Amino acid sequence: MDVLQLLVSGLANGCVYGLVALGFVLIYKATEAVNFAQGDFMMLGAFVTLAFVNPEYFGLNFWLALPLVFLVMGLFGYLVDRTVLRFVFGQSQTAIIILTIALGFVLRFAVGAIWGHEPQNLQSPLRLGDLRAGGVVLGLADVAVILVTAILTLVLWQFFQRTKLGLAMQAASQNQMAAYYMGIPVRRVQGFVWALAGIVAAVAGILYASKGAIDPNAGFIGIKAFAAAVIGGFGSLPGALAGGLIVGLIEPFAARYLPPGWSQVAPYALLIAVLLFRPHGLFAQVRAKKV
Amino acid sequence: MRFQFKTSYEQDIRLFEDRRQAARYALLLALAVALPFLIDDYFLGEATNVLIWAIAGLGLMLLTGQAGQVSLGHSAFMALGCYACVLMMNAGVSFVLAFPLAGIVTGLAGALIAIPAMKLHGVYLAIATLALAILADDIIVLTAPWTGGVAGLYAPPIDILGVTVDRWSTPDLYWWMVLAVAVLVTLAYVNILRSATGRAFAAVRDSEISAQAMGVNVARTKTIAFGLSCAITGLGGALMGLFAGAFNNETFTFLISIQLVMMIVVGGLGFIQGAFLGAVVIAFLPQALSLATDALGRGVAIPGLEAGVFGALLIAFVLFEPTGLWGRWLKIKTWLELFPFARRDMFRRQRSYLKTERLR
Repeated sequence: MDVLQLLVSGLANGCVYGLVALGFVLIYKATEAVNFAQGDFMMLGAFVTLAFVNPEYFGLNFWLALPLVFLVMGLFGYLVDRTVLRFVFGQSQTAIIILTIALGFVLRFAVGAIWGHEPQNLQSPLRLGDLRAGGVVLGLADVAVILVTAILTLVLWQFFQRTKLGLAMQAASQNQMAAYYMGIPVRRVQGFVWALAGIVAAVAGILYASKGAIDPNAGFIGIKAFAAAVIGGFGSLPGALAGGLIVGLIEPFAARYLPPGWSQVAPYALLIAVLLFRPHGLFAQVRAKKV
Repeated sequence: MRFQFKTSYEQDIRLFEDRRQAARYALLLALAVALPFLIDDYFLGEATNVLIWAIAGLGLMLLTGQAGQVSLGHSAFMALGCYACVLMMNAGVSFVLAFPLAGIVTGLAGALIAIPAMKLHGVYLAIATLALAILADDIIVLTAPWTGGVAGLYAPPIDILGVTVDRWSTPDLYWWMVLAVAVLVTLAYVNILRSATGRAFAAVRDSEISAQAMGVNVARTKTIAFGLSCAITGLGGALMGLFAGAFNNETFTFLISIQLVMMIVVGGLGFIQGAFLGAVVIAFLPQALSLATDALGRGVAIPGLEAGVFGALLIAFVLFEPTGLWGRWLKIKTWLELFPFARRDMFRRQRSYLKTERLR
């Protein structure tokens, strides 16, 4: 029955990777900028929640704090776009990559300076303990993480299909110029996309913190989320989630069935294989230019 | 202000603009050679460290600054150069032979990796190379029988034609050795730039489509750029490992390659001088910070301060001075030369537009 255990914990990890990857893809689709700091956004989201919820800080009720966290992280994402990213808009990818990596460093430093570098535990209602049944130990938190991700995916899907803002985001990401002609305020929409990415990062952070302790270096899982985003194809939202699940599942199974040392290699080996054989991911979006 | 009136192609590709510039660089070289007599051993060691960083940075500069490709994986090639050099030396090959061979091995490995990787561009290349940098750590552990894995390796003594070069007992010899490598690498770099290959690099950096239209073989150019860049970085890595004395899988983490990227951006992308200036910043910033925190009293070490300041510095440079320290100096120099006729908008950046990568 190991398989079920590995499956659930792998899927739960995969959900977090997938949500961070979703953040990359949201921003990439809308602005063609890759936010290398998305993992650190997630870490920040977790720490902001911790600051609101934990008794040693503000000690608010979790459900009361949730909208506040989303507000703070949404505002943060919006401000990052407004104050930093907008000035390099249109410059080479190199500039944006370097800028967002630097942003990650600054965030890690700021969080470490405010909340310290010790691992901390979030008082999350998702910490439900373990379920033991017939030799199988299932972390209920893992199951909860999977459920929350499924719900969030549904909500996001409906948001992109039904709401005016969601449609505007889709339009702006498919063809900026055409969207602009249709009267969509492309720049403002891009700001909202960054805000949305901040909120998704906050959810990912809360889920991550519900499964264990967090510290300022938690943002490094962003690298695995990258692998996830690339495996799924950088321009596809369901692809990002699927990629996250694949990476999440590979890890525990490789750790279980491969010789020691190979489990860390597995996700990146898969990433490189995907880049070599299907350079634009399993759900490709790039087309050749017609002249 | 003096004008260069160029009348021939030879004049255009000359190494130095005029005698005065050549004299300035000769003076700088003389100063560098005389450095061991001017400063004490501690600072000489620091200066050696700066030069080693600069050599590694020159490698990345060739790729990012001249050919316009991002790599976040150069720490892997530094590790490869370092392990190749030390393993060959342990096998009895003399340093004089092992060191250039390590560069060649790293360059070939880089070119080999580049062939598939160059199908990728921009973001994808950055991520693939980042994955490579992370994989390097695990690969070193997995190949522990050769590399020593987590326990690491000790650098063997360097022996150049019977003379032992040691960091502690003969720091001046060490400095001259690193200086010689730096000068040779820089000369090679300048000569690559003024060759057809170097011009192809610039063409690919500025626009792949127009480079293609001009008859540049883009894939081949990128592969050459990657190979040469990795070779230089491998030499830098070998020197860094030997200088450190001992190294293991965690010596060359992916943070080193991010530091390399920071270095060339702060120094000035696309300028040789930028690699050296950036190396000075990278090497001395930690010390400047510890001096500053000491001066503020309490003597508290703030963990992560270094990385935070690096990040903030980098953001400031990308936003306000994308040409880096050397670009800023060029602006100041022009302002002084033209005084009082410099105009504010002379260096105004052109408006840039988003070029989509989804269609290509």
